[in-house]
Amino acid sequence: MSIHFDIKHNPKKAYRNLGLVLVAAIIFPFIAANFGNSWVRIVDLSLLYIMLALGLNIVVGFAGLLDLGYIAFYALGAYMTAVFASPQFSTILQSFVDNYPSVGNALVSFFGAEITQNGIHLSVWVIVPISAAVAGLFGAILGAPTLKLRGDYLAIVTLGFGEIIRIFMNNLYAPINITNGAIGVSGIDPVKIGGLSLAGEAGSHSTVFIFGMGMPSVNAYYFLFLALCCLVIFVTVRLQHSRLGRAFVAIREDEIAAKAMGINTRNIKLLAFSLGASFGGVAGSMFASFQGFVSPESFALTESIAVLAMVVLGGMGHIPGVILGGILLSALPEVLRYSDAPQMALFGQIIVPPEIARMMLLGLAMVVIMLTRPAGLWPSPKHEDRPDADVDAPNQSTDVVKV
Amino acid sequence: MDTFIQQIINGLVQGGMYALVALGYTMVYGVLNLINFAHGDVLMIGAMTGITILNLVQQVAPGLPGVVKILIAILGSIPVCIAVNVAIERIAYRRLRNAPRLAPLITAIGVSILLQTSAMIIWGRNPIGFPGVMPSESFQISGVFISPTQVMLLVLAVLCMLGLVYMVEKTRMGRAMRAVAENPRVAGLMGVDSNLIIVLTFSIGAALAAVAGVMWGAVYSSAHFAMGVVPGMKAFSAAVLGGIGNIYGAMVGGVVLGLVESLGAGYLGDLTNNLFGSQYQDVFAFLALILVLTLKPSGIMGERVADRA
Amino acid sequence: MSEEIILSINGASKRFGGLQALSDVSLKIMRGQIYGLIGPNGAGKTTFFNVITGLYQPDTGTFELGGKPYSPSAPHEVAKAGIARTFQNIRLFGEMSAVENVMVGRHVRTHQGVFGAVFHHKKAREEEAAIRKRALELLDFVGIGKFANRTARLLSYGDQRRLEIARALATEPQLLALDEPAAGMNATEKLGLRDLLVKIKAEGKTILLIEHDVKLVMGLCDRLTVLDYGKPIAEGVPADVQKNPAVIEAYLGGGH
Repeated sequence: MSIHFDIKHNPKKAYRNLGLVLVAAIIFPFIAANFGNSWVRIVDLSLLYIMLALGLNIVVGFAGLLDLGYIAFYALGAYMTAVFASPQFSTILQSFVDNYPSVGNALVSFFGAEITQNGIHLSVWVIVPISAAVAGLFGAILGAPTLKLRGDYLAIVTLGFGEIIRIFMNNLYAPINITNGAIGVSGIDPVKIGGLSLAGEAGSHSTVFIFGMGMPSVNAYYFLFLALCCLVIFVTVRLQHSRLGRAFVAIREDEIAAKAMGINTRNIKLLAFSLGASFGGVAGSMFASFQGFVSPESFALTESIAVLAMVVLGGMGHIPGVILGGILLSALPEVLRYSDAPQMALFGQIIVPPEIARMMLLGLAMVVIMLTRPAGLWPSPKHEDRPDADVDAPNQSTDVVKV
Repeated sequence: MDTFIQQIINGLVQGGMYALVALGYTMVYGVLNLINFAHGDVLMIGAMTGITILNLVQQVAPGLPGVVKILIAILGSIPVCIAVNVAIERIAYRRLRNAPRLAPLITAIGVSILLQTSAMIIWGRNPIGFPGVMPSESFQISGVFISPTQVMLLVLAVLCMLGLVYMVEKTRMGRAMRAVAENPRVAGLMGVDSNLIIVLTFSIGAALAAVAGVMWGAVYSSAHFAMGVVPGMKAFSAAVLGGIGNIYGAMVGGVVLGLVESLGAGYLGDLTNNLFGSQYQDVFAFLALILVLTLKPSGIMGERVADRA
Repeated sequence: MSEEIILSINGASKRFGGLQALSDVSLKIMRGQIYGLIGPNGAGKTTFFNVITGLYQPDTGTFELGGKPYSPSAPHEVAKAGIARTFQNIRLFGEMSAVENVMVGRHVRTHQGVFGAVFHHKKAREEEAAIRKRALELLDFVGIGKFANRTARLLSYGDQRRLEIARALATEPQLLALDEPAAGMNATEKLGLRDLLVKIKAEGKTILLIEHDVKLVMGLCDRLTVLDYGKPIAEGVPADVQKNPAVIEAYLGGGH
């Protein structure tokens, strides 16, 4: 771990730094609220991206398996939630009845009138674990054919899988309407914790009341996502410094040597895919509840690439680097939204419309960073001159960016 | 039976285009062991540039036959595509030749994105129409329709492939290319300038992609900035299907994929009782890729295998 | 030294297409021995090595490790069964620290998985502490204890070799199989290696050694088998093997 957060060797400094970051994170929405809800909303989505990046980091960063179709698991989690926490299920049943009446009617009597009318509305405590489990299962299924492939091919095959899933999402609306096609599914339930809906009650203008204090819905989601993010960070850090985490890195570094050391590389790789995918599923579930609406647009190839870029450009395998990558590549493009004013001022016309500027930034970042700092912006520090196992050497040379 | 032949024709046309692009992928892989992720976007640049040139030609010399106009467009877009592809090699790949596999791939993806955004800026986000310069009436041969555009494509594709085969098998340059593909160091010792050969490889691939791109625009009557992404992936799948690194494999793979897609799209609905219709046709290419890599990674024609860890 | 047979091989053979890489190779390695396998280039030493470490399946032959039948169908079963190997071109986990490399060696004898990693309960913590402790011990044993936290790829060549051996020892092998451990070493490093191997033997470990450096092998090994064109042409103590005319012929005479 980087020297700023090195709990083992310098706990006081590490906890102090972590504490500072946490305090800043908690105060943030209250300050940002002065500038309107949009900034908090952007950071809410950023937090989801950070979760995705950390999940992908297990696959790409730790185990070195190049996955270009990761967004598929985000999509799975989101659509699972769309189907089981919205009116969509009644549409599914309806399409059974319309197209296969015998099956349809049997299903209707099985599920009963309530569900046939209103769909299934599972609570977040049920749907999130299910999304994680289903995504994890698919992670293993999609990972299985790739186990013997090397880098480039692994990437293309996973990309292919991601595209296949997207095509299915786009087309599973006839004869049975599961995903509602390109239109997407709306009316997804917001997250409800202990009876409190994070979208606010009807008529409250999306205001959530916690302990008598009112806050915008986006703020409430912010704290939920922040807590979830902290949990994800905690889990991945624990994974990293464990027997399993070492096994992942061993496979990445030298698969043949890993096998010689008795590591069942097939199973460990599948586990990496599964774990990574399940994180994606959880984030996807949260996304669906947050937006209240999902459509295949949110799960395009560019999203898979963006998340991969967050991991690789941030600092592969290095958790703080990945978080940095996640923040930069999800929040910075939003800043570019405001680039039309400066362009007008400077050039008298908009040369690069903001949405295009965002994509351009991504492409440019990928090329420039790979050519100049291939290990990422904030890679794991290299230990060249720390001879003693338990002494913190202040003038060690590292590649750590002083953020 | 008529529909069957019709699907075959369509499949051959589509396959011809896939083959031309697949050749680019396979040749670059042969000499550099690298997947040029941005190659599909070179196809797009070819199409867009071709349309721009064609519009120009329409204004300047509207009387020329459609075939000639398109040929001019092709000849005009070839240098552009070559310039783009060679620039990609110089800027993105050359410095990363000895880097771990990940770096060139990420760079390539970045380049692909940059090409698309550049196209968005130059030509806008919306699809642009391909001028209808070719006669629209199809030839009819015993119940089967084939349009002049499709004929032109088939002729061009065959000519290009024959030309390439001649070059690779019979000329000095071709021999040098094959030598570099086998063993760059030894080829260097024999006096072959690897860098030059690599530039040549990228150029030929780009030229073929330009032809494919312009004809794609002609066949589908339009082009837009993202048109290269999926066809690029499919063409790569075709290259792997045929045997990556093997130019005959790329040709075979491209045609086979085109046929499978066309027949599949046509008959999938009937086969699955309308559960899965032709909108799933894109899935074929990916499934083919996955199956080949899982079961017979060396592809139909064999040769270079995907297995180095 | 007890008379226990650690590795017993009878009639092993392996053919690759037209090439008979190994034919009818038999040998026995006793506990506590340093056993050498030598022969000119292409004699089949590496093939033999790869056969016993699960990379190739032999065409014929019976194998016994520690008295039990031994037939690994995959490389990762080999360490579990009790053979730990090093590689001719050192294969370390470059980006991990030295101690982490050795800790990976403990993987095959330990159990904690996802649950233990995430929840870090008492048993998991204890196992993790034991892994680290053992790894540090092994690093000290091979002489690179002070580089425990150094990134592996930054170690000197000789130290990397020691690290690879420490990692192999971490798997608690019945047999330590070393593939040309002296490759690329200068004279000083070779002496250091020799001392380390003697030290390992003194701990009661059994070693199988493929080596090209004949002097090193003759001074170190208790017994040798010499392969030529996949066939064993001599077997015995170094002093005898050295004088064996077939061996001299193979190394100096016809065709090599």
